[in-house]
Amino acid sequence: MKQKDPDLLLMHAPLLRQGMTTPGAMRDVIYALTPVTLAALWFFGLGALLVLGASIAGAVLTEWFFALAQKRGESLLDASAILTGLLLGLTLPPGLPIWMAFLGGVVAIGLGKVIWGGLGHNLFNPALLGRAFLLATFPIPMTTWTPLRGSESFFHVSASNLALPFMQAKVDMVSSASPLGLMKFEQEVTPLTNLMFGNTLGSLGETSGVLLLLGGIYLWIRRDLDWRIPVSIMLAVVVFSGCLTLVDAVRFPSPLFSIFSGGLLLGAIYMATDPVTSPLTPRGTWIFGIGIGALVVLIRVFGGLPEGVMYAILLMNAATPLIDRYTQPRIFGR
Amino acid sequence: MSEDKTPDAPAVSSTRLVLTLALAGLISGVAIIGIYEATLPTITINKARELREAVFKVVPGVTRMQKLVYKNGELVSTTETEKDEEPIYGGYDDEGGFIGYAIPGAGPGFQDVIGLLYGYKPDQKLVIGMEILESRETPGLGDKIYKDAEFVANFKELSVEPEIVTVKKGQKSEPNEVDIITGASISSKAVVRIINETHTVWSTRLPQPGSEPLMTESEKTVDEAK
Amino acid sequence: MAENQNESYETFFRGIWRDNPVFVQVLGMCPMLAVTNSAINAVAMGMATLFVLVGSSFLVSSFKQWIPKQVRISAFIIIIATFVTVADYTLLALVPKVHKELGAFIPLIVANCMILGRQEAFASRNTVRLAVLDAMGMAGGFMVALFSLGAIREILGNGSLFGVDLFGEHFEPWVIMILPPGGFLTLGLILLFFNWVTQQKDKFIEQVAEAERVASDG
Repeated sequence: MKQKDPDLLLMHAPLLRQGMTTPGAMRDVIYALTPVTLAALWFFGLGALLVLGASIAGAVLTEWFFALAQKRGESLLDASAILTGLLLGLTLPPGLPIWMAFLGGVVAIGLGKVIWGGLGHNLFNPALLGRAFLLATFPIPMTTWTPLRGSESFFHVSASNLALPFMQAKVDMVSSASPLGLMKFEQEVTPLTNLMFGNTLGSLGETSGVLLLLGGIYLWIRRDLDWRIPVSIMLAVVVFSGCLTLVDAVRFPSPLFSIFSGGLLLGAIYMATDPVTSPLTPRGTWIFGIGIGALVVLIRVFGGLPEGVMYAILLMNAATPLIDRYTQPRIFGR
Repeated sequence: MSEDKTPDAPAVSSTRLVLTLALAGLISGVAIIGIYEATLPTITINKARELREAVFKVVPGVTRMQKLVYKNGELVSTTETEKDEEPIYGGYDDEGGFIGYAIPGAGPGFQDVIGLLYGYKPDQKLVIGMEILESRETPGLGDKIYKDAEFVANFKELSVEPEIVTVKKGQKSEPNEVDIITGASISSKAVVRIINETHTVWSTRLPQPGSEPLMTESEKTVDEAK
Repeated sequence: MAENQNESYETFFRGIWRDNPVFVQVLGMCPMLAVTNSAINAVAMGMATLFVLVGSSFLVSSFKQWIPKQVRISAFIIIIATFVTVADYTLLALVPKVHKELGAFIPLIVANCMILGRQEAFASRNTVRLAVLDAMGMAGGFMVALFSLGAIREILGNGSLFGVDLFGEHFEPWVIMILPPGGFLTLGLILLFFNWVTQQKDKFIEQVAEAERVASDG
């Protein structure tokens, strides 16, 4: 807040006041995600809109239902449910049946947030919890990547999106492997420019690295984001994957590939930085970020799955209370 | 044992404590032996039938079988169960003509040990059938190694020379290739690896095609135990 | 006589709902979570537990005068273990497929604290008739819990109930439901629902009492 006449101001500490509120911060994150969302629409057509809409609807309806049951309406106003739904939607594959996306939204809010006591009490990032549930429940649809479509067939909705509730996705697409899958199972490297500008297969929000970074910079300027977390995650990924590349450049991907492929940027900028589920102290955030980066490389390279960002963040979410406990600043004078 | 003592009475001689437990143990032991003896025949028959069914499935056309063990450098038929033996099963038709072997194998899968039985025709060096006996693979994914008929069909006529290799789904073109299951590549590769490893062990032990052990008459007893 | 019947009724139904061993006492969690991935496994486990619990309650209650207090736990365990072994061999002989699925969890019935708990808390202090009724009620409640968990997990995780297909071949199974996490999730949700119902009931009773007080005051 800008004070026009500082000479006449009389107040006691804290003197620095910020006009930052929870709904404001949530709205900022949604603004920051707008370019990525539009890019998802551009690359995957109307189907992307359906998936995003379904996951947002699932999240908001669940929030609304529990708000009614507990007779508190205010939690709807802070837009956090919309953000959870949007983030979840961006981590989903474009050809996912919309009933699964809806279910993911319900689980994200129901099991990820409400059951812990609402916003600010949850241990895990709700959107990632919803995704983890979906991945464990529907492993095949969640790892089937639709090819890019481009603008000419914008209004084409793939039949798999419209599968009836509880029914299988009709396979109308030639499924292909994501860049990470190609790297892991075929040792095939996707060109970096494709990864940066979004010309690859993947979840809705993880195709375009540059747009994700732009949103991150906007959030950093608006002071909605602790820059230490994404920076430490990326540093850790660069260092660890750099070491591995030095050992064997064919088997292990290069650091830049590691950063721009998969959900790393989306996770590092928008999910790991969730203020509720990340440590409070600066020292803690460094530990948190480095832990995520190391786990990502570990899971991607040595695990059974091609992608590990989600599990890395969820695991470090679980470690957050512990980190907070051990990184308390010393009380002055002791 | 005196019956007039109530449970509330704390002073009980230790002899009585020991006696009570000994009696309880004795009765319990008798009951357990009783049920063991009573159920043993059914259990044995069940197990034998399960094995027969599996053998008949992996070696089509078989009507009789016998247990074979590798002893002192040759394959001999046996009916006794010995410790540490690694039996395989010979499948024969009604006239006692040899059809193929059923060879059990085991190895680590995605979750736990996968145990399987595969049929093998030595003259053509072909795997002619495969049945999973034991597996704890992920339901819905890894369990397709026995639930997915297309995958099992890979093993109906599969050459083991030089060795079985896995290819992506739909790309099977050579007789020694197996289509892996999408989403369960680890489990399907494990099956192939187990067969390859077991084959390496047994290929040197099996006799020349044409000189397989003959069907012995004593084996009829297992036949009748249907 | 009427009072006696009332007591029997009370003893039997207590285990099914008000003191349900799973939903209220939260006992026997190991078989509860481990074998409920299909309805048939759940029911088989329920039947085995029923047999063991009723049998051992009957014996413990019959011989309670002869079992010295100092060795009662050992004696109970011997009795329970005998019944468990009998159940193990019987299942192996009669339904080998189910026995294979239940695997190590049949011998583990002996460690189900619900069973030992009933001997200690009820059968060793009550008449044979009441002990058997109590055992049947508790095992019934356990079976209800196992079945509801098994049915939910099998329907969502496999699209079938008792192996009968419910949704046709295009059903998309919820893989997580058959895996261990599905057991924890479903049990948690059922407990949530059970506690919510109890809470609503208490609230309703309170309201009625309040209304009655107001009415009598006025």
